[in-house]
This record gives sequence, C-alpha cells and structure tokens, in this order.
Amino acid sequence: MRQAIPFCVFAALAIAVQMITALTGTDYFLTQITMSGWYALVVMGLCMLMGYAGQISIGHAAFFAIGGYTAAVLTTMNLLPCKNGAFVKLLSGMGMTIAGTNSWGTDILYLSPWLSLIAAVLISVFTAWIIGIPVLRLKGHYLAMATLGFGTIIYRIALGTPLFGGADGLSDVPPFRLFAGLVIDGSRTHRLAGYYCAMAMILVVIVMLSNLVNSRAGRALRAIHGNEEAAQAMGIDTARYKLNLFVLSAVIAAIAGVFMTHYNGGIGPAEAGVMKSIRYVAIVAVGGMANLWGTLVAGMVLNFLSLRGYFGSFDDAVFGAVLILMMVFAPNGILVKRRKRQ
Amino acid sequence: MSLALIIQYLFSGITSGGIYAIVAIGFNIIYNSTGIINFAQGEFVMLGGMIAISFCHYMPLPAAIVCAVAITALVGALIEFVFIRWLKKPNVLQMVIITIGLSIVIREAALNIWDEKVRSLPYFTGNEISSIKLLGAYISPQVLWVLFTCAAIVICLNLFFSYTLTGRSMRACSANRTAAALCGVNVRNMVTLSFMISAAIGALAGCVVSPIAQTHYDCGTPLAIKGFTVAILGGLGNSTGAVAAGLILGIIEAFSISLLPSAFKDVVTITILLLVLFFRPSGLFGSREAGALKEF
Repeated sequence: MRQAIPFCVFAALAIAVQMITALTGTDYFLTQITMSGWYALVVMGLCMLMGYAGQISIGHAAFFAIGGYTAAVLTTMNLLPCKNGAFVKLLSGMGMTIAGTNSWGTDILYLSPWLSLIAAVLISVFTAWIIGIPVLRLKGHYLAMATLGFGTIIYRIALGTPLFGGADGLSDVPPFRLFAGLVIDGSRTHRLAGYYCAMAMILVVIVMLSNLVNSRAGRALRAIHGNEEAAQAMGIDTARYKLNLFVLSAVIAAIAGVFMTHYNGGIGPAEAGVMKSIRYVAIVAVGGMANLWGTLVAGMVLNFLSLRGYFGSFDDAVFGAVLILMMVFAPNGILVKRRKRQ
Repeated sequence: MSLALIIQYLFSGITSGGIYAIVAIGFNIIYNSTGIINFAQGEFVMLGGMIAISFCHYMPLPAAIVCAVAITALVGALIEFVFIRWLKKPNVLQMVIITIGLSIVIREAALNIWDEKVRSLPYFTGNEISSIKLLGAYISPQVLWVLFTCAAIVICLNLFFSYTLTGRSMRACSANRTAAALCGVNVRNMVTLSFMISAAIGALAGCVVSPIAQTHYDCGTPLAIKGFTVAILGGLGNSTGAVAAGLILGIIEAFSISLLPSAFKDVVTITILLLVLFFRPSGLFGSREAGALKEF
C-alpha cells in the first residue's frame, strides 16, 4: 500500500491544481500545464534510458516528431477523392474514418485518430528498433553523436519534405475524440478534458515505469549503468535490455507527440529540432538522472515556465545554463533521493 | 556531367572539406589532451567569424581577424578555466552534457550580442563577382584563401607538435598524463593551451570561410557534426587522417548536391557518420586503439 502513496498524492495534486485555477479564475494556466504534461511524458521515458540504463540520447525529439507527424499526416489526408476505393470503403465500414469539414469549409473524410495513433506507435517502434540495434552498441561520445545525428536527420527530413509541410509544418489537425465527451483539442470548451487526459496519462506512465524500475528488468538496467561488462558477466543480456528500453522510451515519446499534435492542432519542424532534444536531456539532468518523480517535477515546472514565456528571449540559454550548472555542481541532481546503502 | 562542372564541384567540395578538416583538428587537439569531445567546437568557428565581422568596421581586415582569433582563444581558455579544470573525476556523460550546454550558451549569447541576421566578412581579395578561370571552372579567389589557410594551419600545427618544447609536452600529456606530470610538464596548463589552440584555429577557419559561407549565430552545430564526422572518419586524434577525411567528405557532399535536393546535404553527411560509427568506429585511417574511448 505504501508504494501507492506518491501516486495518490499526484492525483490529488492534479485535482487540486485544477480546483485552484478554477477558483482563482486563472484556468488559462491549464493549457500550458497540459502541454507541459505531454512533454513530461517524453522526459520520463528518457529518464529511464539516461538515468537508469545510463544511455544518453540527444535525439528523443525525433521520436516525438515521428509520432506527431504521423498523426498530422494521417488525419489531415483527405480520403474523399478515393471514397469508393476498396480500402477506404473497408476502413469506413469498420468505422475508422471520420467525415467533417476543415477550416476552409471543404468537406473532408479523414482517418480516425485512433488508427493514426496505432500507426505512430508502430512506426516509432520500427524506427527505434532499426536505429537502436547499431546505435546502442556505441558508448560515450559516440552514442551522443550518433543519436544527435539521427535527430538531425529526422529534423532535416521534416524540414525538407513537402509531405510534412516543410518549414511551415502541418496544421488543421482535427480533434482526437477519445470517448464520448473526452475530446483532445485546443478549444476552451475541452480544456478540462485535455488537462485530465494528460494527467491520467502521466499517472499511467509513471505507475508503469515505477513498476519497471523495481522489477528484474529495472535491476538489470541499473547494473548496466554501473558497469556494462560486469552486468554482462552476470548473465544479463545487456543489448536486449538496452534496446527494449530504447524502444519503450521512443514509443512513449511518440504517443506524447500524437496527443500534443491533436492538442495544438498542428506540428512544426521545430519539434524535431536538436534544441528540443537537448531540452529533454536538461530536464532529466535537473530531475536527478535516475529519479522519475524528480524528472516529472522538473519537466512540469521548466516546461510550464518556458511555455508561459517567463524566460523571455533567454529561453534556450536557460536550458543550456541549467545543463552546465547541474553537471558541474550537482551531477546527481538537486531533487535526488538519499538512497540507503544496500 | 562535363569536365568543367566536375572541377567546379570538386573545388566546392575541397573548400568545405578544408573547413571540416580544421574543425576536426580542433576536436582532435582537445580530445588528445583531455579525452573530451568538445561539442562546442562549432561555436568557436561561429564566434571567430562574428567577432571579425564586428571588428572590421573599426580596423583593417587583417587586424580584425587577429583580434577575433585572440578573443576566441581567450574564450576557449576561459571555458577550460571555469568549467573543466577543477572537475575531479568527470565521466564521459557529464563532459558531453557540459560541452553541449556550453555550445547552447555561447550560441544564445551570440544571438543576444549580435542578432539573427546572416552576416559575412568582405572578400579578402576582389569581391563577390571576381573569379579565376581554372580548367574551365570558375572559382572565387576566396576559395584559394581558404585552401591556403587550411594548409598553413595543418603545416604550422605539425611543426609545433614536432619541434617545439610546448608542442612536445602536449603530445606527452596525450600519450601518458601521469608520466608527463612526472617529467615536470604542467598537465593542467597544457589542457588550457589545447583549448586555446583549438579555439584559435576554429576562429581562423570561421574568418576565412565567412565571405563564401556566411556567418550566422546558429551555424556552429552543423559544422560541429560534420567536423566530428571527419574526426571519426580520419580516426579520432589523428590530424593527418582528418585532412584526408575532410577532403573526402567535402567532395562527397558537393557531388551529392547534383543528385539530391540541397536540403538533404546534411542528411548525406550524417548518414556517413552513422555508417562509420556502426561499421568502422576506428575510422578509415585509424588504428583499433583509436576506436576505443580514451579515459582519463
């Protein structure tokens, strides 16, 4: 039962924040809190990879963008011209298409966001798997540079391909109707639904990851962080554990990307940029590397401040400075738990 | 493709390749003395160009370049002094993150000191339209300046590392730090010096390439990635290899434009980087030891 306390506190806090904003008439804060929530999902996945398994990735924004762009491309594609094609008919028959009008008033028929979510997960699993096998064999600078290179490739592809809208990105992404009343989009009427969806998603992910940390797999990952050769000598299949974790964190990032894209109604190439990836690394560093709750708190706070524009024109500089200061003065994080000696 | 066109591409490849080689040598110098890959190396190139552009309004071009190189070298020394020198036992992850943080802070400082406009130094000789006809291809005299500077940097560094006491001490530090310290070499100062040298040659490269490639607060990161690719391709720590690898990469990149849209120019380089990392991390010219990470 004691393990459940932090999760209950989190849920209570999420409700309390919503109450407070509603009572003080500042419920516009919820929009940025929700967006911070989606970003926090990415950093929690990255925290597992960096903090627990000790594998740096400076390319996680790429997975976020893969999710976001998959959702954006699939749900803005107009299927109306090929309405009578066998495949589209089959999808419509299964209830997997949605008819509507876009913001220019044109009638469109688009794929269900559920289908695009599944596609995003599959594509991110595939990409992470293909990239992960060779990349995770590398160590240190090589791993950092290889993931940075992968991130840059995805950024360049997003920027240079007409399908992905080039520098403008894609907009006019339809809302994601999860269940009857639960809609994820940027409108004011659905702000509350979006907020609680984000918080629920965070809760699910952190419960899942906490369980992972305290399982056999979690212990194996910490052994890999400590000393990979020793872990291997103990009979841990280090390559498999690292790869599975890499894929898991990529999928979490892609799902966050899908929801963020529906919430914002669009996505641009900046989401795939190197700076975004470095931000995620900075947040994990502030959270204390191997500390899921610390990372969650740091992710919510820093993203919220950044999205509200409190850093002004020093937005990126703040994250850079934070990185340096954390690594120089407190490489184990400021929110670090004093771990009992085993 | 006509012969003239091939030569045209070749020259553009050699020009950018020369710059990549200089950035790679910057990486190598710091790597040899500390085992750190300085992710802020590209920012030195940007800083050199930017400072020279600001100074050349007030003084003749050569003086502005000298000032830019000196100031960037001081920045390099400052970075080492403030962030690297007193770290007790930094691990690789920590150093990677610190230098990435530094690169962002330098870039954002440049954005706030200057602005987001694309600038360039005036051409050293002639102007934008002057050209030299060579085997049917037209090349800008600035290209010759770039090639000349790259060659001069490589030769001077080689002489410095082989014949001067300081240069030899630096090599001693990279071969065996403890032994060098026992022989009376001040290892810490050598590390500072290596940061200064690599900042200075980065800045010089930034100045000569500025008229043709333009300088922009954000131009450091792509250069750093390409410089790193070249450093790996040539074998980490191996400066002669870096020159050869730089020219190879520059030429591949120049010819890739004739096949692919130029928006994907970086993708070609990075794909090469990934392939080299996956299949031959010791580089084309490197030995097996070069592929293994150096730890101090």
